[in-house]
Amino acid sequence: MIGSSIVAILFFGVAYGMILYLISVGLSVTMGLMGFVNLAHGVFAMAGGYATVSLMNTMGVPFFPSLALACIIVTGMGFVLERTLYSRLYGATELRQVLFSIALCLVAMAIVRIVWGPLAQPIQLPEYLTGQTDILGQALPTYRLFLVAFAAIVIGGLWLTFERTLFGARIRAAVDDRAMAQAVGINTKRLFAATFGLGTGLAALGGGLGADILAIAPAYPLQHIVLFLIVVAVGGLGSIKGPFIAALAIGVSDTACKYFFPEVGSVFVFALVFLLLLWRPNGIMERR
Amino acid sequence: MPAGGGLRALATAAVLGTAALMTVPAQAETVMVGVILTYSGRDAALGDQIDKAIRLFQKLHGHELPDGVKVELIRRDDTGPNPDVAKRLAQELILREKVDILTGGQWTPNAMAVAALSKEAKIPFVTMTAGGSKVTLQSPYVVRTGWTLWQSSYPLGQWAAKNGFKRAYTAVSDFAPGHDGEEAFTKGFSENGGEVIGSVRIPLKTTDYLPFLQKVKDAKPEVLYHFNPGGPQATAFMKALADIGLTNSDIKIIGPGDITSDDELPNMGKAPLGVITMLQYSPAATRQANKDFVAAWKKEYGADSVPTFFAVAGWDGMRAIYDAVAAQKGKIDADRTMEFFKTWANPGSPRGPVRLDPVHRDIVQHMYLRRVEEVEGKLANVEVETLPQIGDPWKTVVLGKQ
Amino acid sequence: MSHQSATLAAATRPADPTKLRALEVLPWVAALTFYFVAPGYEPLATQVFVMILFALSLDLLVGFAGIVTLGHAALFGTGAYAAGLLSVNGITDPIVTAVLATLAAAAVGLVTGALMLRTKGLALLMLSLAACFLLYEVANQATPWTGGDDGLQGVTFSPLFGIFPFDFRGQTAFFYSLGVLFLAFLAMRRLVNSPFGWSLRGIRENDGRMRALGCPIYLRRLTAYVLASAIAGLAGALQAQTTQFVALHVLSFQLSGDILIMLILGGAGGLYGAFIGVPVYMLAQDLLAKQDPANWYLWQGAMLLAITFFAPGGLTALAQQALSAIKGKLRR
Repeated sequence: MIGSSIVAILFFGVAYGMILYLISVGLSVTMGLMGFVNLAHGVFAMAGGYATVSLMNTMGVPFFPSLALACIIVTGMGFVLERTLYSRLYGATELRQVLFSIALCLVAMAIVRIVWGPLAQPIQLPEYLTGQTDILGQALPTYRLFLVAFAAIVIGGLWLTFERTLFGARIRAAVDDRAMAQAVGINTKRLFAATFGLGTGLAALGGGLGADILAIAPAYPLQHIVLFLIVVAVGGLGSIKGPFIAALAIGVSDTACKYFFPEVGSVFVFALVFLLLLWRPNGIMERR
Repeated sequence: MPAGGGLRALATAAVLGTAALMTVPAQAETVMVGVILTYSGRDAALGDQIDKAIRLFQKLHGHELPDGVKVELIRRDDTGPNPDVAKRLAQELILREKVDILTGGQWTPNAMAVAALSKEAKIPFVTMTAGGSKVTLQSPYVVRTGWTLWQSSYPLGQWAAKNGFKRAYTAVSDFAPGHDGEEAFTKGFSENGGEVIGSVRIPLKTTDYLPFLQKVKDAKPEVLYHFNPGGPQATAFMKALADIGLTNSDIKIIGPGDITSDDELPNMGKAPLGVITMLQYSPAATRQANKDFVAAWKKEYGADSVPTFFAVAGWDGMRAIYDAVAAQKGKIDADRTMEFFKTWANPGSPRGPVRLDPVHRDIVQHMYLRRVEEVEGKLANVEVETLPQIGDPWKTVVLGKQ
Repeated sequence: MSHQSATLAAATRPADPTKLRALEVLPWVAALTFYFVAPGYEPLATQVFVMILFALSLDLLVGFAGIVTLGHAALFGTGAYAAGLLSVNGITDPIVTAVLATLAAAAVGLVTGALMLRTKGLALLMLSLAACFLLYEVANQATPWTGGDDGLQGVTFSPLFGIFPFDFRGQTAFFYSLGVLFLAFLAMRRLVNSPFGWSLRGIRENDGRMRALGCPIYLRRLTAYVLASAIAGLAGALQAQTTQFVALHVLSFQLSGDILIMLILGGAGGLYGAFIGVPVYMLAQDLLAKQDPANWYLWQGAMLLAITFFAPGGLTALAQQALSAIKGKLRR
């Protein structure tokens, strides 16, 4: 019985980690590519959550089309913001980037609160995604199972794009050496905007999928940004595999800690992060 | 409308307004009441319930004051369980706005901080929905019109033990009311032969209950006592319960009524069916005072809006304040107000007769044992048993013996 | 980096350390006038003084040493909890607790700084953030000692010098915090105009060259960090003493962000940014956030956007530009 509990806890942790990864991977790539300290990444995850919930609750769009639409809307939003505001601060000091992105969070929080009110928006999942499902004699929450499977497919697609397509190759080239990439004729401006849009779209997907774990409410961007930043910082900038390991490690250790040592709470995770960053300031995947 | 018309209308209104001011009797008394509630942040839904009750009370009963006496409310937002903010706001209300009475007190930590100030500044403080027992000990100028966790959880512990449950687990939100609930349930349960086999305190800002519930599931108790502050948290808990397969299982879920609060029931799916709670109010109750109250509420805020026990606590808080203002004809003196509160009672409260106990200025009320059932296709908290006129058991069971 | 810092430095050229300019008396006169014209506002003014002191300590890091931190509340909170815990354990003299709280924060600053300052850039930002969250969670979980989410109940301090009690009207708190701020400001003014202060500016502008000159960079930065921690801890202790309460907010990321915004609004790197940014920010908050904090977020965000895009030097730089423009016109 204890064995099956450990499986369950591991599983909850993995589901949580997958959500963290989906949201954070875009942040990792854009921070690596553009060197931008973006504390406003949570805004896009939140926007994805609000878009999904609104499409479902007020317009009666089913769950999956809502998710897809939310992704498209937020990708567009990210694209526009990158061209109009973010691009002006490439190469500015960290401090200015930090301040700008905090400002963006505050404005987004205010707008969301004015439009949707102060309450958390409940997401009404389709009936077939609730309750429990038996997998090899182990009863697991259906929605979390779906989450893990769905996220795995998206992540697989993302890796293929990154490793096997020209677009992916361009991003990798630009992360490694931007000046050289530019010199060989890669249009970095367009590449930045496209990557930023993709990253925000993934964040929106994560926000919509994870509404059950990270509740959709106006405080979202500042409340959870620390988690996303930690995934990126621990995983390493510009990498897409590092943050995956970091997200799973954080998801599993946080969940396990709540189960085994509830009195310690999140202390353990932050202590772990502090030590990991001291050990490998540029992330666990740092090439030595 | 042309711009000139708007201006003229404004000027006319100004003149009329001035005239209206001049016709008020010279001895007009305006009582300033400072209201500190949570109007923003995650828990704004609870503050919204209380504020709606306050507005409804003023609309229906605001005129029941002696001639020339007015009550003016000044609202402030404490943004959640933030005692430092609540204390600063209370200080500002006292010093800058010169309030005569403070009220609100939605959270126990906030109420504790404001109560300390009320003692120093000698300002009566009517805490509406703080449930920690110690709040009224903090200052002789505090009264409570809501409830205490002991009021629900001590009898609930007794009930569980007497109904054949032997092994219990407790899981509560990690702040003062949660600690009170845990202590009260454990006391009531173990005094009657039950055994608490484990307990866990869940951080107040938790959004994911699954790991904690897995712990409970593994311990295999017969009954789980749970408390959270209600609102969206209650829904999150119920969803997690369904996800982990603890609905309609061998583990009975019980707790104070917060965990099945009526405004959140429609969001919870079928998960809460069969959950047993103890509380002082259910909008489904059939006494006349409640029917009138619910009807007035729905007329004002729409058929889908349901008043909860938070609303009723706010409603009775306003009743107490208005009664005190009327009794003193608007000339508020802190000590006379407190003298008045000692014998205050409201036989016609929507939750049944209530009064304040003269020693600790705490609410005395009926407690109802309720079960979540499906009524006409919707979930409702159906009252199955009444415990008449319960005071705060902590004051007799724990404090009395020290 | 260099362009930005150059404008900051140019905008806030430090005063001749030996001479007190007429303008420098202004904040203190303003504070005392405020007391007489706005009765009932003492608690707000006291909060402003405490936050100015806190912002000054951040200015030493961000403005002079060029260390950007997102977790400065960790040290403020350490001071506040130290003072609060001493008080509930029977040590209630305001001066004694303030000194001990300052030392506690300096000790925490020494440990975290010694580790963190080995890194740079994003890693340093993240470490400061992680340290802040770590301390927040420790205080949150240590409910038996700190009260957790309930806050530390029963914090009281004995009268200042045994004569002036801290009552709810806040007059003692007003003069006490103003006095401490004044003394701390004088000390900091000396510090930033000392050779040590100038070496910090040098490291900020070009650490490679400073290293070549034989300046022990890590040690200098660590010294600055410990001093800033001590001042932040003192501000935290003042907060605990003047409000007679300690809640988790003192350790929060939100407070770290707010104080950074206040400092940048005023302008970092000249000691006077704090005296402009903090009052402007807090008075605006007092006016705008009373009933609808959503609007306040919008204002806060808009203000910050305007500063980042149009006035990176903050309000002090704007004022100085305006002043020199007027002077230029007059001369002609």
